[in-house]
Amino acid sequence: MALSKIQISSLADNTIHGRRNLVIGGCMRIAQRGTSFDLGNASIKYPVDRFLVQDQYSGTGNATVSQSTTAPDGFQNSLKIDVTTADTSLDASDVYKIEHRIEGLDIAQLNYGTSAAKTVTLSFYIRSNKTGNTQVALNNSNNDRAYIATFTIDSANTWERKELTIPGSTDGTWNSDNQTGLRLRWGSFGSNYQTSTLNQWITDSSAYVSQANSRNDSPINFFDSTDNELYITGVQLEVNSKATPFEMLSYGETLQLCQRYFSHSGDGGQAGFVHSLYASNDAYGNFSFPIPMRANPTVTMKSSGRNLYSAGASITIVSFSAQNINKHNFQHRAACIGATAGRAAHVDVDFNTRFYEADAEL
Amino acid sequence: MNITSAQYMNATNLHDGTTYQDNIKATIDGTEMFVPLDPNNRHYQAIQEWAKIDGNTIEEAE
Repeated sequence: MALSKIQISSLADNTIHGRRNLVIGGCMRIAQRGTSFDLGNASIKYPVDRFLVQDQYSGTGNATVSQSTTAPDGFQNSLKIDVTTADTSLDASDVYKIEHRIEGLDIAQLNYGTSAAKTVTLSFYIRSNKTGNTQVALNNSNNDRAYIATFTIDSANTWERKELTIPGSTDGTWNSDNQTGLRLRWGSFGSNYQTSTLNQWITDSSAYVSQANSRNDSPINFFDSTDNELYITGVQLEVNSKATPFEMLSYGETLQLCQRYFSHSGDGGQAGFVHSLYASNDAYGNFSFPIPMRANPTVTMKSSGRNLYSAGASITIVSFSAQNINKHNFQHRAACIGATAGRAAHVDVDFNTRFYEADAEL
Repeated sequence: MNITSAQYMNATNLHDGTTYQDNIKATIDGTEMFVPLDPNNRHYQAIQEWAKIDGNTIEEAE
């Protein structure tokens, strides 16, 4: 094509360049911890990566929270809440929420807390048998600024895309490091967490003001019947005054972004790991994470199905532990009996057993 | 998080054989976890809050 044919307007400065979505895993395709959980009381579950569902203060309701294959056109998955025990009347302190936490390093570009704060647009797909007014909250981690954006679910059991443009927050304290910068919250909340000040930034002294509702705005209680279902997907937060189509990254890219916050070893097969016998009762090995993690992660190791071998013989294991945990790797120690110092050793895990999980979620 | 136990864990410096306090072995929501001493780790933060409650103690390493 001749250069003269190129539309100069398409190269204008207002063209949106590069990656737009500040939300990681908004397509709900990555579910490293499992795909379905009983929410339980006073509990947090991650049915998909980077999105938690929480019954924060032991509400009487309960739900199955899962990665669903019910999704709008162009998507494969959604996050689903399927109520299994109803909470027909929310107590003042009840909190049932979906929350996504964006790292401070990733919102630093918004210049929040300054006069140069940027306008953002939040868009997402939502579907429920419940219709009416509800909200999504934007909160900082210091709980001194909140923006409660209202929207309406118009039709039952129908995917709807919501687009909400939010001016920048020019004050408040906003993290710009590897701690939580911004929280997005959807759900049902008791009166302790409600406000009548909607669609504007407010100073919020309550630690958990998550959703706001004026008393005459009839908030949806998504937990008031076991018939209720709530789905959400396609969550996008972008620096822009209007919503653009969802930025669908490749599966591999999205997985890698999620692994900054959670990762694990292989799921199956008798995966073997090389260790060395530092002493007759101590074998050490090293496990590297797929990518450097946000913070030094919590390491969980499966308690069964682990075996230690050296020089062709099975070695009696006393205990396993993780130590020297850092963002890149950790040292695995197998305390044992009757090995020979200086030899190599081999640790394996049984089929369908993960050796470790590493959690550096916000 | 439901924390039911927490104990410091020592590690051995493989260069000189000395030991040092390395992490906390905790039972959280029924699962044993190794929690690094990192103020930016959410489990470490929760353990610190848990330890402020009367009757809760992070046990010393064995």
